[in-house]
Amino acid sequence: MQKYSALSLLKNAFSGHRHWQPAWRKAEPKPAYDAIIVGGGGHGLSTAYYLAKEHGLTNIVVLEKGWLGSGNIGRNTTIVRSNYMLPDNNRFYEWSMKLWEGLSLDLNYNVMFSQRGVLNLAHTPAQLDDYARRGNSMRLEGIDAELLGPSEIAALVPGLDLSGSARFPVVGGLLQPRAGTARHDAVAWGYARAADARGVDIVENCEVTGFLREGERIVGVTTTRGEIRAPKVGVAVAGSTSQVLALAGVSRLPIESHVLQAFVSEPVKPILDGVVTFGAGHLYISQSDKGGLVFGGDIDKYNSYAQRGNLPVVEHVMSEVTAMLPFVSRLRLLRNWGGIMDMSMDGSPIIAPGPLPGLYLNAGWCYGGFKATPASGWCFAWTMAKDEPHPLNAPFTLDRFRNGASIDERGAGPYPKMH
Amino acid sequence: MSGYRLPRGGAHVERDRPFSFRFDGEQMHGLAGDTLASALLASGRVLVGRSFKYHRPRGVMSAGPEEANALVEMRAGARHEPNTRATMAELYEGLEAASQNRWPSLAFDMMAVNDRLSPLFSAGFYYKTFMGTGQATWHFCERFIRKAAGLGRGTHLADPDRYEKRNAFCDVLVVGAGPAGLMAARAAAASGLRVVLADENARPGGRLHEDGASLDGRTAADWIAHELHELERHGVRIMPRTTVYGYFDGNVLGAVERVADHKPLPEPHEPRQRHWTIHARRVVLATGAIERPLVFSGNDAPGVMLASAGLAHAQRHGVAVGRSVVVFANNDGGARTALALDRLGVSIKAVVDIRREIPTALAAELGARGIRLETGAVVAATRGRKALSGVDIRGFDPASGALGANIMQPSCDALLVAGGWTPSVHLASQAGSAPVYDEQLQSFVPGSPREAWTACGAAAGMLDLAACLKGGRDAGLAAAAACGAGEGSLPPLPVLEGAAGAEHPFPVFDVPATGGAKRFVDFQHDVTADDIELSNREGFRSVEHLKRYTTLGMAADQGKTSNVNAIALMARARGLSAPQVGTTRFRMPYTAVAIGALAGRETGHHFAPTRRTPMHDWHLAHGAEMMPAGIWMRPRAYFRDGETLRDAYVREATMVREGVGLVDVSTLGKIDVQGPDAAEFLNRLYANGFAKLPVGKARYGVMLREDGIMFDDGTAWRLAEHRFLVTTTTANAGPVLAHMEHYLEVVWPELRVHVTSVTDRFAAMAIAGHAARKVLQAALAEGDVSNEACPHMGIAQGRIGTHRVMIARLSFSGELAYEVFCDWPAGLAVWEALLEAGLPERIAPYGLEALGTLRIEKGHITGAEMDGRTTLADVGLGGMASQRKPYIGSAMTSRPAFVDPARPVMVGLVSTDGAPIRAGSHLTARGGGASLGHVTAVTWSPALKAHIALAFLSGGRGRHGEALEAAFPLKDERVAVTVTDPCFYDPDGSRMHV
Amino acid sequence: MRIDCPCCGPRGVAEFSYGGDGTLRRPDLATREAEPFSAYVYDRENPRGPHVELWHHIAGCRHWLRVTRNTLTHEILGVEMAGRFAGDAARIEGQGA
Repeated sequence: MQKYSALSLLKNAFSGHRHWQPAWRKAEPKPAYDAIIVGGGGHGLSTAYYLAKEHGLTNIVVLEKGWLGSGNIGRNTTIVRSNYMLPDNNRFYEWSMKLWEGLSLDLNYNVMFSQRGVLNLAHTPAQLDDYARRGNSMRLEGIDAELLGPSEIAALVPGLDLSGSARFPVVGGLLQPRAGTARHDAVAWGYARAADARGVDIVENCEVTGFLREGERIVGVTTTRGEIRAPKVGVAVAGSTSQVLALAGVSRLPIESHVLQAFVSEPVKPILDGVVTFGAGHLYISQSDKGGLVFGGDIDKYNSYAQRGNLPVVEHVMSEVTAMLPFVSRLRLLRNWGGIMDMSMDGSPIIAPGPLPGLYLNAGWCYGGFKATPASGWCFAWTMAKDEPHPLNAPFTLDRFRNGASIDERGAGPYPKMH
Repeated sequence: MSGYRLPRGGAHVERDRPFSFRFDGEQMHGLAGDTLASALLASGRVLVGRSFKYHRPRGVMSAGPEEANALVEMRAGARHEPNTRATMAELYEGLEAASQNRWPSLAFDMMAVNDRLSPLFSAGFYYKTFMGTGQATWHFCERFIRKAAGLGRGTHLADPDRYEKRNAFCDVLVVGAGPAGLMAARAAAASGLRVVLADENARPGGRLHEDGASLDGRTAADWIAHELHELERHGVRIMPRTTVYGYFDGNVLGAVERVADHKPLPEPHEPRQRHWTIHARRVVLATGAIERPLVFSGNDAPGVMLASAGLAHAQRHGVAVGRSVVVFANNDGGARTALALDRLGVSIKAVVDIRREIPTALAAELGARGIRLETGAVVAATRGRKALSGVDIRGFDPASGALGANIMQPSCDALLVAGGWTPSVHLASQAGSAPVYDEQLQSFVPGSPREAWTACGAAAGMLDLAACLKGGRDAGLAAAAACGAGEGSLPPLPVLEGAAGAEHPFPVFDVPATGGAKRFVDFQHDVTADDIELSNREGFRSVEHLKRYTTLGMAADQGKTSNVNAIALMARARGLSAPQVGTTRFRMPYTAVAIGALAGRETGHHFAPTRRTPMHDWHLAHGAEMMPAGIWMRPRAYFRDGETLRDAYVREATMVREGVGLVDVSTLGKIDVQGPDAAEFLNRLYANGFAKLPVGKARYGVMLREDGIMFDDGTAWRLAEHRFLVTTTTANAGPVLAHMEHYLEVVWPELRVHVTSVTDRFAAMAIAGHAARKVLQAALAEGDVSNEACPHMGIAQGRIGTHRVMIARLSFSGELAYEVFCDWPAGLAVWEALLEAGLPERIAPYGLEALGTLRIEKGHITGAEMDGRTTLADVGLGGMASQRKPYIGSAMTSRPAFVDPARPVMVGLVSTDGAPIRAGSHLTARGGGASLGHVTAVTWSPALKAHIALAFLSGGRGRHGEALEAAFPLKDERVAVTVTDPCFYDPDGSRMHV
Repeated sequence: MRIDCPCCGPRGVAEFSYGGDGTLRRPDLATREAEPFSAYVYDRENPRGPHVELWHHIAGCRHWLRVTRNTLTHEILGVEMAGRFAGDAARIEGQGA
């Protein structure tokens, strides 16, 4: 792998950048591997990377039906945080946070992980109590969290509506200073490049069309580029999980696909430092390094695979953002897109062996997939390599729903649109 | 000085209405009808802005929405607005604008050092560096990167302007009022349909102004005026300054009308902008086309402009963009533009055409007018950094793409570039399949529709005027036919004279680099032809990777002038055809839209509706501090002089325990459940039994979700054999109603039950305390609430003053208590009557805090305990669940995790060291350790004279008496607590049974 | 997106609340075992294409509708009253014809 550094950049600048090599090889699929990962998004690529790095499994392939990183890794609002209340969640996401903190060096790829803090605003005393419960839960697990009052918040976020006329006045907030944002595409590219350097084959434009079986056991896949065999097949295709698993004969899952819209304003000079969320609705906003305000709200709340949403949600999100930050009203919305979320029945993911022998499932990420990318791959790699979950992902089973052991961070119940 | 106002011409400007304006503090003058861009050009201004990354000096490059360079900051103070396209900003008296993304000044920008360092700042350079020793290095570097990035400056001041929203319904929406759109609207309107014609520009007409044709013997301006008159006569709603930015499902389109952006300030009561949601049966997309630049060394110098823009500024505004103009083209548009400008009195130095030959008529006319023509030639480089001073013209072999000999190096102050036309397929693509490549246009045209639209005119690849007019009329007729309209009178097509033909490009878009100068593809984001090659070299070859790796097309202009050229360059680099490379997906908005316009009035105080009870004003007049409960406002406590919150709620709670108090509970959800199967229905909904509830009695009930988790609690009053009044928590009034409707309509349609929300039919108040009966009886003009007539959980009817009341003897506080319901408008009168009747007992109102204290003392649950994760057994109500009947959730409650003995269950806590317990604390062993559970509700208990709390504790039922800590690490606090039963006060309930 | 409510006519999607998969059948009331309920509560086919789903006209007539909608294109292929009014709607439509 060509080493990236200021020096290598300088050297290449002198030669007109003519000697840079492709970030990853355009591999041709081989007929057999030790493991197949279906899905060339963030989770699939990080799984491949950690399989190679942590478990020495390098004869593996990542299959991507379109272009690498074409799913939600490149469609999210780039927020990274571990400010969860339920211990099963905050332990997992904090492990992810720790991996994020070393990721650029580990991958030799600057993923621009910017720890600028995530602030959740509270608008009623009861909401602040809820945030305190969450913040204390984090602190007891060794995660950073601070409870802020209105004056501290005013100093931290200029431009917030702290006036008496705000419909839902800000009474406090919960800050996770180590949380922040990262450059989403770079995460996919960085993992792809680092996995490739360890010998992993990454095959784009290769769609899985079926599974090869010996009895119950999955022993490979058929693709638009031929049959590929492997004793282990991991599926990490959030957004399309139901379709891919249906090819293996699993026709029903605790997942619905929903569209989540994201928004970017025109670029302006630095105007919003950290990530802020509005507690009187569902809104999260930050300013990218390029200067655009990046924000999002609720899913459209109907099943969708369309990667685009409708006007009512657009209007509502704009109401929220201007209610919270009234100066945003004069800025312009520049871009909008949609990503297809695997909305699970409790708002938490599935990283588990099964549901068939030889098959491993990584799915159900709801809104949480981007920040989970490192830990998801790390845990999934462990699960695939050792055929059993790591304690960090042990709670995220597929059968937890039937057992009544839902991990319901929002307490919203078995209604995917509510998570 | 470069551009200037021509002595005559300018269809849009009013020569007798001069406006003065300021740019970067400098006083300038323009005319009514100018855009800021045309006024700047007329004033001789060349340098207008700086680019995003390299801070290259830039001038105006267009005359429309595609502008990538001339972005300015407009207005001042709270109305300050960055990134406004000078080409779309209409001039008004006193306009203030400033250049942006430069420091300290536009002419001398320190950040232009980036341009010198540009060899380092290749596409994706930041992924390769700034890593150093890890996060600290990146955080250090990032601060500088962030400051350097961005374009204009925003303000933290709240936007003072108002935005409005309206809906429009029509049979046919025509987007774009150029020649095709005007004809489409005429054709559709002729059939008597409701037609809306929207155009983003201040004036309809589109490119017709520049075509040079006469129509039916009229000038373009006269013909447009005539057409508009005809459209108005047919009742067409014409919406200028209205950008249709988004095409949503079901033929719903979003548009923003710039109502007051062309004025110094909105008029009083006038919105700045108006958002339109347009519901159209059919849509005609006549959105036109945008000219493409060519890619050559120094193609971004201030003074290089699209040929169509040079002509538009002259035709529309009477502005010559330079005193000495060179035209460079790969199609007939170059020569045509030169001739048109020459006729308008603009001095043309030369026409440079990539092609070996151009049509003889054009060549002859150029010759006749003494304009030098170089064919088989290109502009290989430009001279001048802050203003164009000249160009290098060289021979060019179109077959090999190689540069030939030097031809001439004329000085010039404007270079007009014509690289062919890119149809504006944005809306079509948003609501249809991927755009389709058209070889003649060397660009993409609309694919197949998903929604009910037809594209016509230049948007559909019709580049000559005759085709546009006919295409527009056909599209209008087709739309009318699809709406079921009969044959109208067919509007005749105008007779054309002197119309321009189609300007199809010769398929060469770039010229080899000379002298190491950059060749820009995306001007605003500074993406060069080399960057595209680098992207390919590093494997970022898919059009999406190209966009994301180089940021091509992601600037504020969304790549309107760059995407097609970039696709052509990537196609060549990969040895593919342009259609094989394909386009990225077009998404809303077509051009950037003010966020305030999309928010409309639903922001600030009106972000959500505010619901108030009929006693709201009374509460305020009596010292209440109100707090939101969902969208309701409720009194938190009634403050007397000098009281703190704790003083107030302790006084109020004590008053209830020792005397009597009154609380407004009008916000409770109320549902009228009627029908022969009402009892059976409630029996299925609630976990406890309701089938045998006698008429005239009420019962507390808990509903579960289908997964066995608690959903809501409340009471149901059996008013008659077939009629119940159900109350819900304030928060769940809507969800419980929807839940009931779902089961009645979808799951158990056989049940003969109807449900109606009566939440705001009844005001409600609870009178509580041992004197409650006495006070209530005293207030009743009619009715009996004695223990015999109205026992615990009994219902009584009565009258207070002239108002009928319905009473149920229910207690949330643990004291003798009654809920009194009356008609909503009577709420205040009944409230005041009860207070008056209670004067001898020193009755007073109490708020949510005291309500909380009383219920915590009793261990009653609210939303803090029913948090969507808890079961009946968790909160100690397991015994309530009926074993004899199935109910929603019943089959799910015995699953393994539900009966896990380690489940957190509700307990009480008493602070043992006298310190208050904080809500949100976690329970740990004394001395610390892992979380064993959490605290949901806390209070100082006046009855117990202690700080108490409700909490959930793992395996808590067997841990009463244990000494633990309530830890609040967020504030480094720990409070010693003892675990108790959650019912602290009067556990046998004797006080409410008196 | 607009839904042609059999009761109210075509209305904007903002008036409706989504009710999820409309093909699910709740197990009989008397069912005591958890498994049939688990299947009902948690398991979804989640098709990419035509999907029969419930919508509640919450800011309109408050009827529940059974809508067939393509989840890939958002095209609405059919709308009918759900449950107890399904037959009525068909009958009323028949009379009107």
